[in-house]
Amino acid sequence: MGLEYVKISPGFEKYMPRDYVDLVEYGQFGKELDVMQMGQFKELVEEHPMCAGCYMAYFIRVFYAALPKPEDTIVLGTAGCARLALSQAAVPFIYGNYGDTNAVASGLKRALSIRFPDKDKDVVVMAGDGGLMDIGFGMTMHSWFRREKFTTIMVDNEVYGNTGGQESGMSPKGIQLKMAPTGKKFDKINAVELAQTAGCVYVARISPTNPKRIAKVIRRAILAARKFGPTFIHAYTSCNIEYSIPTREVLADARQREKKDFKFYEWMTDEVKEYFNEIEKKAKEVKS
Amino acid sequence: MPEQKVVEAEHLLLEAPRERKFITGSQAFAEAVKRANVDIAIAYPITPQSETMHLVGDLYAQGYLKDYYRAEEEYGAMSAIAGAVRGGARAFTATSGPGLLRGLEAIVSWPGHRIPAVLGVMTRVVNAPLSIQPDNVELAYLLHSGLVVLHAENQQDVFDFTLAGFPISEKVDVYLPVVVATEGFFVTHAKGYVDLPPEDMKLPPRDPYKAPVPPTDCEIPPARIQRDAPVQKSNFMSYLIHAVWQQEIWSANERARKWIKHYIGGLIEVVNPDAEVFIVASGCAAAQGREAQRYSELEGLNVGLVKVKSLRPFPVQELRDTLKNAKAVIVPEHNIVGWLAKEVKAAIPNSGIVVDGPKVYGGMTLPVELIMEEVYKAFGIKKEKKTLV
Repeated sequence: MGLEYVKISPGFEKYMPRDYVDLVEYGQFGKELDVMQMGQFKELVEEHPMCAGCYMAYFIRVFYAALPKPEDTIVLGTAGCARLALSQAAVPFIYGNYGDTNAVASGLKRALSIRFPDKDKDVVVMAGDGGLMDIGFGMTMHSWFRREKFTTIMVDNEVYGNTGGQESGMSPKGIQLKMAPTGKKFDKINAVELAQTAGCVYVARISPTNPKRIAKVIRRAILAARKFGPTFIHAYTSCNIEYSIPTREVLADARQREKKDFKFYEWMTDEVKEYFNEIEKKAKEVKS
Repeated sequence: MPEQKVVEAEHLLLEAPRERKFITGSQAFAEAVKRANVDIAIAYPITPQSETMHLVGDLYAQGYLKDYYRAEEEYGAMSAIAGAVRGGARAFTATSGPGLLRGLEAIVSWPGHRIPAVLGVMTRVVNAPLSIQPDNVELAYLLHSGLVVLHAENQQDVFDFTLAGFPISEKVDVYLPVVVATEGFFVTHAKGYVDLPPEDMKLPPRDPYKAPVPPTDCEIPPARIQRDAPVQKSNFMSYLIHAVWQQEIWSANERARKWIKHYIGGLIEVVNPDAEVFIVASGCAAAQGREAQRYSELEGLNVGLVKVKSLRPFPVQELRDTLKNAKAVIVPEHNIVGWLAKEVKAAIPNSGIVVDGPKVYGGMTLPVELIMEEVYKAFGIKKEKKTLV
């Protein structure tokens, strides 16, 4: 049904909030819009309570603009900064308990596959480094081992931002944060390598400096999850508050990290590669 | 598997002819799941629950269920149940003791998420040192969470309560998870007579759109219970919204009363309603209480039994009415804290007549003699203790 449920019932147009009418008339539902046109269409998330200069908020904005089928997408999140914006978007959002995203998504995706075997219903987890690599680690890994067909996006700000700046497994070694009063004692977890080993069919690491590239990665991760299995994106989304990055330096910081430990990296299985070659070739043919 | 015909819950539970089988409690759980048109079951091993979910796995292999898997651990299993039910599926899982406590954070959030599912609880010791034996202290943790909690005395109850659990949980005016608890080993691994309706009948499928909180399936505008900013803020409106949500869950729990009466014949069962002394018990303790009531009758003592079938909603009015002329109320239990005695004391105006025990725990059995000792005390009868040599 997808599109049907977002549409306004005839006769109700003038009673619906202007924002919603715009969303249906000038938004992304049922259309394929280029992320570079952002600002020219009504976006799925606009207002949110995240901090000024938050790079995660920017990434989330691009994420929604890049969804291949927002009217048939369900986003799951957990405690942390991201859900503050995710819960404000015009896409169904499930917030369960602490670190449970990948278990809830497993049940949800299976239920949707039982009920709608012939429809694509995209399930996307977007959670932080704490949610996916600390408290929810077991559930994240096992959803991958089981080859669950949904996308996991880790918005890595290298800290528990929402609870006041505590060290996470993804914080760099040596960094002094709350609950690491003498500095973190172990290395940043290599999430990308874990994802590959655990059975993800598409894995990407990205510092979000280039919106076109972000959009491509998100689209690919979602399309591959539909057909083949679990997919994972590790995105650097700095916390300008806890890491004291001046707002105007946030992009520069992302570029700097891109040159160091967040070099763009994309890996996929051969069958996924073949699939993308095929659909991307077709898309080019349609364009020309 | 036989071709199954969809029939109304009323027919399957209350009218269909039944055939007597001699089966274990675990088999009784599985026989209920077989007829419940369950979409997905999610399992995680723990003794004494495991056998039930093995049998449910066999049902999946035979085609009765559409999906089944072994989860990573109980928190993952219970979270995945929430996901599946929010996605519109009918779901079943089961656990025991430590597993229940491991999954508890997810389980106690089910009512708030309005998750109609059925959870089997086969009780087991939870405290250290390690033991796998029956002890139902874990049920105390479930009583304040908004779930409907039924406590099965025997294999027949296990079957009836589990099968009835699905329609009760999915009623629009309830829409809460239903726990069907029973004692591990004593019921799960022992055989008893169970009258079963035909296996070529099953419940109608779940209709997720017949719901106070719609599913999240991109077919219908979703319930966005985390959407509104006030819910996440620290201000009066956010407190109010949360308070109202909690009130509604407990009101829904209250509204389950009529469906429990409808499908399983009431929240309590009373034997000898004109008794002077009552034994009030739930689960396996009710089976022993039933024996003690029979012994008492043989000895010419006017003793009655109240079996509490539903722990939540709790049969407050029923107990007040039944116990209004009682001179003593004996509450035998399979746990050290005596949670049922506390509930009974809180329910009746004259709580001084309640005897908190006998209590056995750590896996001990509950000999009828222990209950009889309290019966004699209540009647002021002095008996010499027999010592077996």
